[in-house]
Amino acid sequence: MLRLERARFCNGGFLLDADLTVETGRIVALIGPSGAGKSTLADGIAGFVPLVAGRVLWHGRDIGAASPGARPVAMVFQDGNLFGHLDVAANVGLGLRPDLRLSAAERARRDAAIARVGLSDMAARRPAALSGGQQSRAALARVLVQDRGLIVLDEPFAALGPALRGEMLDLVAGIAAETGATVLMVTHAPQDARRIADQIILVTGGRAESPRATADLLDAPPAALRAYLGD
Amino acid sequence: MADRAQPLIARAPGRAAAGLVLALVAAALAAVVWRAEPGRGMGPSDWAAVRFTVVQALWSAAISVALAVPLARALARRRFAGRNVLVSLLGAPFILPALVAVLGLLAVFGRGGWISAALNHVGLGPLEIYGLHGVVLAHVFFNLPLATRLLLQGWQSIPAERFRLAAQLGFAPADTFRLLERPMLARAVPGALAIVFALCLTSFAVALTLGGGPHATTVELAIYQAFRFDFDLGRAAVLSCLQIAVAGAAGFVALRLTGTEGFGTGLGRATRRWDAPGGALAVLDAVVIAGAVSFLALPLLAVVASGLPGVPGLPAQVWRAAAVSVGVALLSTLLMLALALPMACTAAAAVARAPGGTGANTGGGAIELAGLLGLVASPLVIGTGLFIWLNPVVRPADVALGVTALVNAVMALPFALRILVPRACEIATDHARLALMLNMAGWHFLRRVMLPRMRPRIGFAAGLTAALSMGDLGVVTLFADPSRGTLPLEMYRLMGAYRMDAAAAAGLVLLALALALFWALDRWGRGDAEA
Repeated sequence: MLRLERARFCNGGFLLDADLTVETGRIVALIGPSGAGKSTLADGIAGFVPLVAGRVLWHGRDIGAASPGARPVAMVFQDGNLFGHLDVAANVGLGLRPDLRLSAAERARRDAAIARVGLSDMAARRPAALSGGQQSRAALARVLVQDRGLIVLDEPFAALGPALRGEMLDLVAGIAAETGATVLMVTHAPQDARRIADQIILVTGGRAESPRATADLLDAPPAALRAYLGD
Repeated sequence: MADRAQPLIARAPGRAAAGLVLALVAAALAAVVWRAEPGRGMGPSDWAAVRFTVVQALWSAAISVALAVPLARALARRRFAGRNVLVSLLGAPFILPALVAVLGLLAVFGRGGWISAALNHVGLGPLEIYGLHGVVLAHVFFNLPLATRLLLQGWQSIPAERFRLAAQLGFAPADTFRLLERPMLARAVPGALAIVFALCLTSFAVALTLGGGPHATTVELAIYQAFRFDFDLGRAAVLSCLQIAVAGAAGFVALRLTGTEGFGTGLGRATRRWDAPGGALAVLDAVVIAGAVSFLALPLLAVVASGLPGVPGLPAQVWRAAAVSVGVALLSTLLMLALALPMACTAAAAVARAPGGTGANTGGGAIELAGLLGLVASPLVIGTGLFIWLNPVVRPADVALGVTALVNAVMALPFALRILVPRACEIATDHARLALMLNMAGWHFLRRVMLPRMRPRIGFAAGLTAALSMGDLGVVTLFADPSRGTLPLEMYRLMGAYRMDAAAAAGLVLLALALALFWALDRWGRGDAEA
C-alpha cells in the first residue's frame, strides 16, 4: 500500500500537495491538465523531486528520504530509458545488478524477461537498431527484472501510435498482474486509463486527489476534469 | 530531502586533480617570483622584448583576422567538392609541429626559397624572412586557419531563415553584409583577435627560429636566452613575471570575449544560401580560397619534397629522438587524461546533482581556473619555476623528459577540458535519472555509462594532446641535454647546424608521427560506433 500523508513535493518553485492512499496491486492513472503536477507527483514518489513536508509510506515504511535507487520504484521515463551504447541484454541486466556481474540464475531471469516482452531475437542489438515499440519493450523487460513493488510510468508511450500504445499498456497490465506490482501511470489520454487503469488520480492546480474508480470518474467527470477533457 | 548517500559522481577526484594543477603552477610561479630580485628592475632590452612581443602579436592577430574574414565568407557561401575536407583541415595547424611549419615557410619564403628563386629570375633580390615579418608570417600561417574557423562559426550562427528572408527581400550582397554579416562580425571579430593575440604572445618556437637579435626577441625567447646562454635565473624570473602579467591580461580578455570552442569538431554543415552571387564575386571567392589553400599547403609540400629523400639516411640519433618523443607524447597524454577526466566528471557532477534541472556547464571555480592556467602561464615560465625547485635536488637533464611530459599535459589541459566537459555534462543530464533509479552510482556509472559514452571525445582530446606534445619545442630546451632530447630539439639542432635537408627529413618524420598519433588516438575513440 502506498500512502502519501499530507505530502508536499517541491519541483523548483512548483509545489504539489497529495494526501491519498493507493492500494497494493492497483493500476492507477494520473490524469490532469499540463502543468498541473502529474509528473511532479510521479517524480516525487520515485525520489527525483524532494519531499518538503509530510510523509511517503510504502507498506508502512517511510521512504520519503530514500535515494531513488533505494526506493521500491521502477520508473519508465518519457525518454532516455535505455543506454544507447549498451545492447538490450545489458540494459535489462542493469535492472538486476548495476555492476552487470550477473550470476547464472540472474542471466536466466534476464533472458526470461527479454523473452517475455518478445525481444529474444534482439537481445544483442543496441537501442538505435530497435523501433520505438521495441525500445519500450526493452524498458519494460528491465522493469520486470527490477521486480520492485511500484511501477511508475511517466508517459513512456506518448510517442507511439494508438495500436502500439495499446499493446504496450496491455503488456504493462500483464507484467503488473504477474508480479503483483502496483502501477502509477501518467497519461494524457482517457482511453489509456479506460484500457488498463482500475482507478484515476485527478491532478489539478498543484493538488492530487484521492483515487476514484476509472469508469465512475470518466462517465461523470467533475468540472475540473470536464474542462480538461473538453466534452 | 532525498538523501544521496552515494552520489552519482564523486567530486573529490576531480577537485584533487584541479588542486594538483593549481599547486604545480603556483609552486612554479612562487619560485619565479622568489628568484626575481625586486631591486634589479628592468633593462632596456627587457622593455624591447615586451614591446616586440606585443607588436608582433598585434600584427599577427590583425593580419590573421583580416585575411580570415574574406576566407570565412567564401567558405560560408560557397559549396564545392572538398569543402568539408578543407574546413576540417583548417583545424590541422593546431596539431602541426611549429618547427615543421617554420621549415616549410623557410623553403617557400626564405632567402633560398622558391619565391626568392623566382624573384632572382626577374632580377630582384631575395626575400628576407628573419625578423618581425618572418615571425608574423609564421603566426599568420598558424592562426589564419583558427581565425577562419572561429569566424565560420559566426557565419553559421546566423540562422538559415535570415538568409532565406534576405533572398526573398531581394538583398544585394552589400545589403546582406550590412544587415546580417556586419553585426555578426562585430561580435565575432574581437574574440578572434583576442585569441590569436593571446596565442602569439607565448609562442616560442617561431620566435626562436625566425626572430632573435635585439630587435626581434620576444619575452618568451628572452627567458630562454637568459636561462640558456647566461644562466641568469634572476633575469629569467623577472622576465617570467613580465610574461605572466602580459599573457595573463591577454588571456583574461580573450576568455571574456569568447565563449566558443573553435578547436572542436563540427562546422561541416553548410547553411543553404540563396544569395551566393555569381560573376565577379564568385571569382573573388575562388581566388581567396585558392590563395589560402596555396599559402597553407605549399610550405607543407616543401617539407615533404625536401625531406623525403633524406629520410632513409637519417642518423640513428634522430630515430632515437623520435622514439623518445613518442614516449613523451604518450606519457603526456596519460597525464592529461589522469587530470582532465576526473575534472570533467566533477564538472558533470554539478549537473547530475540536479537531475532534470539545468546545471551550470562549468565545474566550479577551481576546475575552470586550472583549465585557464595552461593558457595563461607559458611553458617556459612554468619550466623556469620547476627548474628553480628541482635544480638543487636532481640533475635537470635527468628529469627533462618527465617534466616536459607534465608541462605539455598542463598546456593541453584547457583544450582537453573544452572537449571533455560539455560532453560529460550532456551525459550526466541525459542519464542521471535512469542511473539513479537503477542504483547505479559511483564507479559503476563511470565505467558503464560515462567513460564508454565519452570515448570519442576522449580519443579526440588524447589525439590532440599527443600531437601537441610530440611537436612541442618548449620546456625541453631548458632542461634537456641537447644530445639526448626530443625530436623537435634534435630538429632544431640540425637547423642550427644548417643541415637543412636532414632537418627537413627529421621534420617530415616528426610531422608523420604527430599526425599518426593524432589519427590513431582519434580513431580509437571512434572505434566503438557511437549509438
